[in-house]
Amino acid sequence: MQTFSVSQITGYIHDLFDADTVLADVWVQGEVSNLTIARSGHWYFTIKDADAQLRCVMFRGAARRVRIDVGAGDEILVHGRVSVYEARGEYQLYAETIEAVGGLGDLHRQFEALKAKLDAEGLFDPARKQPIPAFPARLGVVTSPTAAAWHDIQNVLRRRFPLVEVVISPTLVQGAEAPRQIVMALERLNWRKDIDAIIIARGGGSLEDLWCFNDEGVARAVAESRIPVISGIGHEIDFTIVDFVADLRAPTPSAAAELATPNRDDLLLDLDRLRGGLAGLFSASLAQNARDLERLQSGLRFVTPVKMIAAAQRDVAEGRLRLERAAALKLERLRDRLASAAKALERASPEHILARGYALVTDESGGLIRRAAQVSKNQRLNVQLSKDRIRVRVDD
Amino acid sequence: MDDITDLSYEEAYDQLEALVARMESGELPLEKSVALYERGQKLSAHCQALLEGAELKIKQVDEAGPVD
Repeated sequence: MQTFSVSQITGYIHDLFDADTVLADVWVQGEVSNLTIARSGHWYFTIKDADAQLRCVMFRGAARRVRIDVGAGDEILVHGRVSVYEARGEYQLYAETIEAVGGLGDLHRQFEALKAKLDAEGLFDPARKQPIPAFPARLGVVTSPTAAAWHDIQNVLRRRFPLVEVVISPTLVQGAEAPRQIVMALERLNWRKDIDAIIIARGGGSLEDLWCFNDEGVARAVAESRIPVISGIGHEIDFTIVDFVADLRAPTPSAAAELATPNRDDLLLDLDRLRGGLAGLFSASLAQNARDLERLQSGLRFVTPVKMIAAAQRDVAEGRLRLERAAALKLERLRDRLASAAKALERASPEHILARGYALVTDESGGLIRRAAQVSKNQRLNVQLSKDRIRVRVDD
Repeated sequence: MDDITDLSYEEAYDQLEALVARMESGELPLEKSVALYERGQKLSAHCQALLEGAELKIKQVDEAGPVD
């Protein structure tokens, strides 16, 4: 049989403790007893409940960071690791932080627990998120009507999109009564049929101030809202469970109002752009119609009588020109022929013949003598020469 | 076309966008083009008037039960 030394078995037990993941990081709640603060500054104490107790040690550095008063009988939350103090053969809680029950650390744990639970149920699923309408006609606002957040929201809406009608559903946004009121305020808006989106808002505050937005009932009411919900709670750095279940998370109430509405200046610019487009398209359409008309008109001109008449007039003018030219030519030829005829005529005249040495014989009465039988003995005759004449008598 | 004055901003804006898209889509006869242009002018004037003339209206939710 193997035997161990005390150190060996204690070392083995120490290793078992340190290998355990639960013991490495635990929160333990219990009542303080036997608190002693050593001269070194380390705290030694025990926490207990009705049935058990646990030894704790908190070293000087960690003890200095404790922000609450701790005394015997106080119910506290201790965070740290459980390990073995070999010299005394004891296990103990090596405390890192101490919180009051219901204090910040407690709230953080509740927050993480609820977040994990709702996440596991799928309540943060992006597929569950409802779209926020682009142009809401009516916005519901769940907030306190006396809070600064409500004024911030009104200012933003007045500046950005005053077309919207705002329906405030008043509620407390702080304290024990707040969760129940917030759930009612959400329900009242969901009863109506005319709300396009809901803003759930609260100004900045401590974790405790904002705690009602980490309430499970409130978170479920937001998740189940038929109307899309925009959360604007606290400041940029604050995250609440409501932020995770809301359809849209805004960092502040003002930002929620901005995300819920379009910006009037953008809309006016957009309108200008559309109007410009409209005018451009209209003048383009006018120009197109004018071109169509022109094309039709030019087609019409092609078949009009005016065109035919003009063509005929051109033909006539050309014909006349040709006619005149032909006539002129003909006239000239006639003139030539007339001139040569006149010459021929001249050549055939009696004077012309007489000039060549011929003579013309006439009786005294001027009758032309063509044959000898026309004359008798001693008859007087005239012999006409080219320039003058001779009077002669017939011999026989 | 007096119906325009009853339109919400969203309705008027949607109509204006659709109208511009229609004019973009192709050649329209002159008469149609003029009619669309005139309606577009009225729609955009209506939108502008809504944006510039609106005053934020605030109401309190009814305390009573569901509203029909």
